[in-house]
This record gives sequence, C-alpha cells and structure tokens, in this order.
Amino acid sequence: MVSEFVGGGYAKLGPPCQQIASHTMPTLTEKILARAAGRKHVVPGEIVVIEPDVTLSHDNSAAIAQIFAQLPHKRVKFPERLAITLDHAVPPPSPKHARNHAEIREFARAQGIQQFYEVGRGICHQVLCEEGVVGPGMTLLGADSHSPHFGWLGAFSAGIGRSEVAALWATGQLWLRVPETLRINLTGSLRRGVTSKDLTLALIGGLGADGAAYMAVEFAGEGLAKMTPDSRAALTNMMAEMGAKSACMPPDDTTWRWLRDTLARTRPQDYEQRLDYFEANALYPVADAQVAGEQTVDLCQVEPMVACPHAVDNSFPLSEVAGRRVDIGFIGTCTNGRLEDIAAAADLVSGRQLRRRLLVIPASSLVLRDAAEAGHITALLDAGAVIGTPGCGPCMGNHMGVLAPGEVCISSANRNFRGRMGEPAAEIYLANPAVVAASCIAGKLTHPADL
Amino acid sequence: MTKTTHRVWKYGDNINTDVIFPGKYTYTISHDPVQLARHALEDLDPAFAARAQEGDVIVAGRNFGNGSSREQAVTCLVHAGLRAVIAGSFARIYYRNAINNGLLAIECPSIVDCVETGDILEIDMAAHELRAGGRSFSFAPMPEEVRAILDAGGIIAYLSAQD
Ligand code: SF4
Repeated sequence: MVSEFVGGGYAKLGPPCQQIASHTMPTLTEKILARAAGRKHVVPGEIVVIEPDVTLSHDNSAAIAQIFAQLPHKRVKFPERLAITLDHAVPPPSPKHARNHAEIREFARAQGIQQFYEVGRGICHQVLCEEGVVGPGMTLLGADSHSPHFGWLGAFSAGIGRSEVAALWATGQLWLRVPETLRINLTGSLRRGVTSKDLTLALIGGLGADGAAYMAVEFAGEGLAKMTPDSRAALTNMMAEMGAKSACMPPDDTTWRWLRDTLARTRPQDYEQRLDYFEANALYPVADAQVAGEQTVDLCQVEPMVACPHAVDNSFPLSEVAGRRVDIGFIGTCTNGRLEDIAAAADLVSGRQLRRRLLVIPASSLVLRDAAEAGHITALLDAGAVIGTPGCGPCMGNHMGVLAPGEVCISSANRNFRGRMGEPAAEIYLANPAVVAASCIAGKLTHPADL
Repeated sequence: MTKTTHRVWKYGDNINTDVIFPGKYTYTISHDPVQLARHALEDLDPAFAARAQEGDVIVAGRNFGNGSSREQAVTCLVHAGLRAVIAGSFARIYYRNAINNGLLAIECPSIVDCVETGDILEIDMAAHELRAGGRSFSFAPMPEEVRAILDAGGIIAYLSAQD
C-alpha cells in the first residue's frame, strides 16, 4: 500500500523513515523537495514539511476563508506567498457567485494579498505562469487538482484540499510524502496534426486513471526538447488525470525564452531581477536519476486520440470513433486554451462555416490579446464561433456553455466525467483543439485531414 | 469503541468527485450540511441521499475520489451520515481531504469483491480488521500522527487544539 499518510503526519513528525539510504541520484522532484525541506536529500516514502513558495486558490478562496476563520490564527502568516485568481465562474453568472467574488476581494484586501488577479485575467494555472509568480525550482501547493501544471517550468507543484490550504495560510507549512518518480522518456517527434494532448490521452488510456497514483511524473528525452511551451503545459497539466501528485520537466532554452518573452510583457518593471532569481533557483535532475518506473514513448507512433464518455482513460484512436455525433465543441481550459490551441482551430475554420456550435474561451487575457492580434479571433467569429471571457467557462459546469440533456460535446478540456459540464445526461468527448474544430466543421467526430 | 458495525453501500472503480458532488454546486454550496447531504452521490446513485443512514459506510473499488480537489466530495458524505469509506485505493487528494475532515478512509482491496449493498460490516480499529459475511480482512494500521488528525475530527480541530 502506498498512501499519502504512510510514515508520518502533520506538524509533529515521528522519527525519520527506517531505510533512508544515501540517495545520490535524485530526480528533479527529489532535489526540489530536499531544498524546500532544508535537507541534503530526501527519499520516496519519507514525510517532509515544506514551506511552499506559493499557495494557490481561486473562486474557492471565500470557502477557504470560512475554514480559516475557525482557526485561532487571525492573520495569514505569509500574505506575499498567496496567489488568488478569480477564474472559475467569471464574470459571475448569479448574485451568489458575485457575492462569493466580493467576499474574496474583501479577504484579499484585509489580509494584504498582492498577488490577486481579477475577473477576466484568466485561469489560475495559466496566469501564475504568465505573471512569473512561479518559476523553475519553486514549490507551489494549490487548492486545485490541476496544480501539477506548473511542473512544465521545472517547479514542484501539487494539489491539496481546502482545509489544508486554510492550515497553510495559518502556519505557512504543510507535510508532504515524497513521491516515487515515474519517468516518461520521449523520443522522436509528433507527426503533423498530433499534439501533446493526444500523447496524454494515449498515456492515460494505457496506464489508467490511477496509473501514476501518488507519484511524481518526470518527462525527459530529446522528444521533449522539440515541444513548444504551450504543448508542454498541457502535458504536465493532464498528469492530474493519471493520479499523479506532481509532474515536471527540467527547464531548457525553450523554457527560458518563454519566460523572458512573457515576463517582459507582464512585469516590465522588474522582469530582469525575476529571471535572475529563477536562474539562481533552477534545479536539474542528475543523469540516470533513480526512478520507480519508466516508460518510453516514440512520439512518431502517437495518433490523434479521443477520450470517450465518461472517463479520461476511456480513450481510443480517433480513427476508431470518427463519425460519431457531435452537437457542440468547446476549446479552452487550463489544458488547451492557449494561443497554439486557438491558432490550430482558427487555421482550420478559416474560409469555412461551422456546422455545429463552437465555443472558444482563451485561457487568459494575454492569450486573448495575442489571438486577436494574430487574426484568430476574427477567423473564428467569421466561421460562426462564440468567444467567451478568459476563465474556466463551462469546464466544470458552472456557467457559460453548460450542456442540455442528451447533448454531445467535443472538448479540449481535461475531464469528461458524467455531469462535469453541468448535466449528467450529456456526453463529453475529449480531444485536441484541431479535432474539436474539425468536428464542428463536419458535424461529427472528424480528423482534420479528412475535412 | 474500537468495534463498530455498519450497513454497506457498494460502488465500483474510479468513482470520481464529479459524481460524488457535482461541480456545478461548488461555489454555491460550501458548508450547509443539509444542502451538502442532499446532493451526495447525485450523479452516481440518486437513491443514496434519501436512504443513507447515520453510520453507513461505502465500499468501493480502485481510485475512489479521483478528479477535483473539492472537499465537498468528502463533507457531503459526512453530512449524509457516512462513517467511513473503504476502497481498493484512493486518489491522493481525496484521501487527504477525508482524514482532514474526520472521515475514516481505509484502503483494503481484499474486501471489495466480498460485500454488496445492504451487507453488514464490522470495523475493528484495534485489530486493523474488517469483518463481513463470516470473513475478516486486514488493513494497514494508520500512522499515529494521521490517526491524531482523524481522532481530533479533522485538521482544523487538530490545529486549533495545538495552538
Ligand atoms: S479550466 Fe477546468 S480544469 Fe482548469 S482550473 Fe478551470 S475548472 Fe479546473
């Protein structure tokens, strides 16, 4: 049995684990956790206490504040380490949602939370990357299950629950079990029309929804070097759907270039210092780090994939399910709502008309701005698509595009659970953004090359 | 009271947080016990909320609670009267959330195929055993520190008591 709690507990720690062998071949995850815990090294299974650099919460911050209010601690211990984004139901679809946002604003003001991002700025995971809140070698714990996202920058990040976030606000610390590492080596390169989303659906389909349960996934290999920043982020983000605690990859030239270009736009006043800090902070795995499991994927072999209702690991090659009915498409979310995703859809719909409704929600205001500047928004609107406010949209069934009973949606999101988009009698298929767009053009599940 | 008896609700593998507590309610229902209990397992078993009784337990397969980090997926069961969730395995955030909200979570793959809805099951925390249908199934003891959080009624009560 591997469990989060094996070997220790919160705050008051027992004696260190029995067999702590000298661990000379640490993974990236182990290196980051060792430094965060103030230790020379850590080994999988051991319990460590860390003070994370960043604690993430979003529209759930008001509920967390109510839990926090039950604690004797009146002030947040490290307000500068909190980051709060309003993103899950924006703009607020009901007075209740609006009141929720108002309570969060008031909390952020009262506690002096500077890293506070308003309605319309975008989805927490995308925004904290763009704003340089998280960078290489840093640690983040978030009240959101897709928190492994930040590993694409070479950070350690994991999801936790609301009560734990309240505890973290109060004490600044939390215990973690050091995860075993599953290394995924990528060789070759993806074929045209195949994306990192297809790779994730193939991996999750093959290994199962608990294929990396309690583990850290680390990506490596020359196939990774060729991947764009946008597609890397989709990769670490989706590992949440394989049960992973965290997912990461070492920063490389592509990472640094993205950070420099992006931070120069979002924080022109201090981006040089921020990059210096990231560079001094970055960590890299040792060659041949010891891992608990290893998979090698030849990217040339990956095909366009579709996850069928109602589980992410219920995935099939698109060729086996092409032709199935589709009523509506959704392109967006922290998984596939970035510029590259919107560009792929815009290229396909240019000069064509959509046979089905297509809802496009950029992951952030920066993405929306870039997509508008590149002409993608115009192309999508001309084809009949709907554009929404940057945020989560209907991803978890809150608002702005939820489904009717019996409707079939093809989505670029990360989850297709029953009821996820608000209606249990609806069906959700997951695919890459080009497949979503092609399916809305053809009116059925379709490979872009078959249009 | 180390031995307790319970009525079983039996479910399969990969019971995810969206069917335990639908995402559409996450920002409108946070702490109201009646509302939380009313929507428990809504998209999985519509009969559950009306018929669950104080002290019942869920027995389910692998990867129970995968998906969202929403804690209502734990607290809705607590308010519905559930005493424990016994599963082949748990998704990690769900396991943490369960303990942190005082819901007993026991990993015991061997019992999963041996009980059905309506069966009576005994939990023996001292012996680390589950008993049902004349058979017993052992589970790994919970580390002391974790037991302390659980026994305090969750992490908030635990931290408050420590301060
Ligand atoms: S886009 Fe969807 S998966 Fe991502 S943070 Fe928002 S609700 Fe969660």
